[in-house]
Amino acid sequence: MEAEAVSNGGADCCSAAIACKHCGEPTSGGDFCCVGCEAAHSAAHAAETLTAFSSLAHQQDNGDYRLELSVEGIHCAACIRLIENAVSADGDVTHVRVNMTTERLSYSWHGEASHGDVIAAQVVKLGYKLRAPGEEEVGGEGSQEKALLKAIAVAGFAAGNLMLISVGLWTTTAETMGIATRDFFHWVAALIALPTVIYSGRPFFRSALSVLREGHTNMDVPISLAVILASVMSVSEALRSGEHVYFDSAVMLLFFLLIGRYLDARAKGKARESASKLLSKLAGTAAVLEGGQLQRVPIKELKGGMTVVVATGESIPADGVVCKGESDVDLSLISGETLPQHMKKGAEVFAGTLNLTAPMEITVTKASENSLLSEIVRMMEVAEQGAAKYVRLADRAASLYTPVVHLFGALTFAGWWLVGAEWQIALLHAVTVLIITCPCALGLAVPVVQVLASGKLLKDGVLLKSGDALERLSSIDTVVFDKTGTLTIGHPTLLEATYDPDDMQLAASLAVQSRHPLSKALSAAYVGETIPLDIKEIPGKGLEAELDGQVVRIGSRRWCGPVEAPAQETEALELWLSVDGVPKTLFTFADQLREDAAVVVSQLQSLGISTHLLSGDRVVVAKAIAAELNIEAVTAEVTPTEKCHYLNDLKKAGCKVLMVGDGLNDAPALAAADASMSPSTAIDITQNTADIVFQGSKLAPVVETLMTARQSTVLVKQNFALAIVYNIVAIPLAVLGYVTPMIAAAAMSGSSLVVILNAFRLRRTKIKV
Amino acid sequence: MSALLFLVPIALTLGLIGLGAFLWTMKNGQYDDLDGAAHRILLDDEEGDEEK
Repeated sequence: MEAEAVSNGGADCCSAAIACKHCGEPTSGGDFCCVGCEAAHSAAHAAETLTAFSSLAHQQDNGDYRLELSVEGIHCAACIRLIENAVSADGDVTHVRVNMTTERLSYSWHGEASHGDVIAAQVVKLGYKLRAPGEEEVGGEGSQEKALLKAIAVAGFAAGNLMLISVGLWTTTAETMGIATRDFFHWVAALIALPTVIYSGRPFFRSALSVLREGHTNMDVPISLAVILASVMSVSEALRSGEHVYFDSAVMLLFFLLIGRYLDARAKGKARESASKLLSKLAGTAAVLEGGQLQRVPIKELKGGMTVVVATGESIPADGVVCKGESDVDLSLISGETLPQHMKKGAEVFAGTLNLTAPMEITVTKASENSLLSEIVRMMEVAEQGAAKYVRLADRAASLYTPVVHLFGALTFAGWWLVGAEWQIALLHAVTVLIITCPCALGLAVPVVQVLASGKLLKDGVLLKSGDALERLSSIDTVVFDKTGTLTIGHPTLLEATYDPDDMQLAASLAVQSRHPLSKALSAAYVGETIPLDIKEIPGKGLEAELDGQVVRIGSRRWCGPVEAPAQETEALELWLSVDGVPKTLFTFADQLREDAAVVVSQLQSLGISTHLLSGDRVVVAKAIAAELNIEAVTAEVTPTEKCHYLNDLKKAGCKVLMVGDGLNDAPALAAADASMSPSTAIDITQNTADIVFQGSKLAPVVETLMTARQSTVLVKQNFALAIVYNIVAIPLAVLGYVTPMIAAAAMSGSSLVVILNAFRLRRTKIKV
Repeated sequence: MSALLFLVPIALTLGLIGLGAFLWTMKNGQYDDLDGAAHRILLDDEEGDEEK
């Protein structure tokens, strides 16, 4: 028996021939067959902890270097402590700080610039992934939010103090207070208000100016006009000791609008941040072997003919041919195929696929911009450009609203002037109209609904990546699902059966160290102690170890199973356990449906949404799944391009399509759809394309998000309705001069509050399906 | 009414101090990492900790 086990060749670790640790070929005694393999092997292992960020460090005034890096996987206080302690353990480090919100690590040190890499390596050793922050992530957007916050602070301070003064003015009259005191109050108010208007009004003035220059108008034009006119008029009134001084109205208006603006900027900033985080993951580096030396080269600088070392668990950076070593490669990103394929010397591999079991060397055939991966990305970009630009509800409303407001303001001024009123009085009424029609429902209520909705979804593990995703989602009437990884879990799981506990333990102990999907499924299904073993992974065959003098293996039918057994369809989804060459147990696996897939599909159908299945897999498999889920429209064996066409055809037929998918082959279709979702297990590009990313093993977030989107759109529309009703009542009164700017500002604030309270109903209502 | 001559400046000064304090905390980066701050409170103090 023992002889039989060994007869499989030099790959088996026994007395005579020792397999090279890198390529698996027999060696003449050492661990490696040649010097090249030894170098490549150590390089491949070092590659995982290699860091090269010091070029990004910049020198500070005091001569220290400072570096800011993105860290992946900060979850809790312990992570902060661990990283900060690891970095500050280095004697040269002068400052270290982990920012959990932005997932950044910044540290400075004195000495050589290159020392930064040594420090970074300490963090990598802890198991955190570091990467250089993307270009758009550095500075930029955060400062805009900060500027808005400062403007809010100043406006808030001014509004508070102006109220203090205004209360005094409102409760007494000129007779009791005396003209001199009133003028004093007016000038104090002017002293507070004018700098505030100039400082806090800038975001509006700037935006209004830039659109006016292009000959358009937006919401900021009437806002700026109202604020400036109110201030100018108040100054002129104060100069002539008049009574129509309304600095408080102008500042209050700014204060409320700035809050809306800030919430809006935050929501957008958050969405953009998560998008750019995903994007920068794509721009990695590859380990290139040159003259026995390993160098990290950015993926986009790879050229044909280069030799790349791909460590276990790394994704293959460019299309190429295996030139040394063999391994199992996970192709699911490209083809949607669940099972990895065995790649030997000479086999063609594609960029973006994952190397699972052993280090390999690859000769690059196509530079990365010509790779299959990049082709798909390009296709995706084309689809994105083709998709019509969606105009947000608020923007559509604004384009109607602004001309009407200006018209009313102008007509009021002209009307009063013609009737024979003083120009100050006419202007006063016109300003009142502008203030009372202040577009707070548009400026405040829409962002509030959005912030509340995205906050609510975030708690459920749903990440919104674009601000208008909810609006687009609310009109969806068709949902197209991908199969692998979307309706199904995306990786094989052990089928329920009664396995002998000892066999199970033995098999799991072997499987626990492997990255092969079947091994992972096996060890995931096993609960309990594992036996420590010295395990050897043989690519394409399985795992082997020695226990109590017996050779124990798990692996393919051909390697461990009964020799006489006929090849079957299910062969690829099974593992055999053998002891000393005798097959003992068969473990079978399948890519199972997500537990709530059927429920979600039926919920969608009960909402009147038609469901489609679009898969790159074989027709038989897709049909079986569709039948189980009661999906009628099934299309299988489609290429990424056909998926994209399918979506476009649906859109041409007038459907509003939501695409849910996770594979690279889905990415172009996601980009083409009206709205798109992908699970967080999807690959980076796909997550990057999708509007919405959801976490967890369930499909329920699809329905939840859809319901929240519908609900928030209802609330936004209600808010618009409220605003319109309010304006219908208020505008005639203002035009006729029954309202002073002060009452107008109060009414405007009141309507804003009503609209905000209405938005908060989103939190209270439970989602009913 | 002469009380106003010092009461108003006092009110304004107090307000300005508050505003200044807020702007200082912002510039000081105290709002940069709200999630981290919430977690850091759970850490024990050790000498030579983060702000070395």
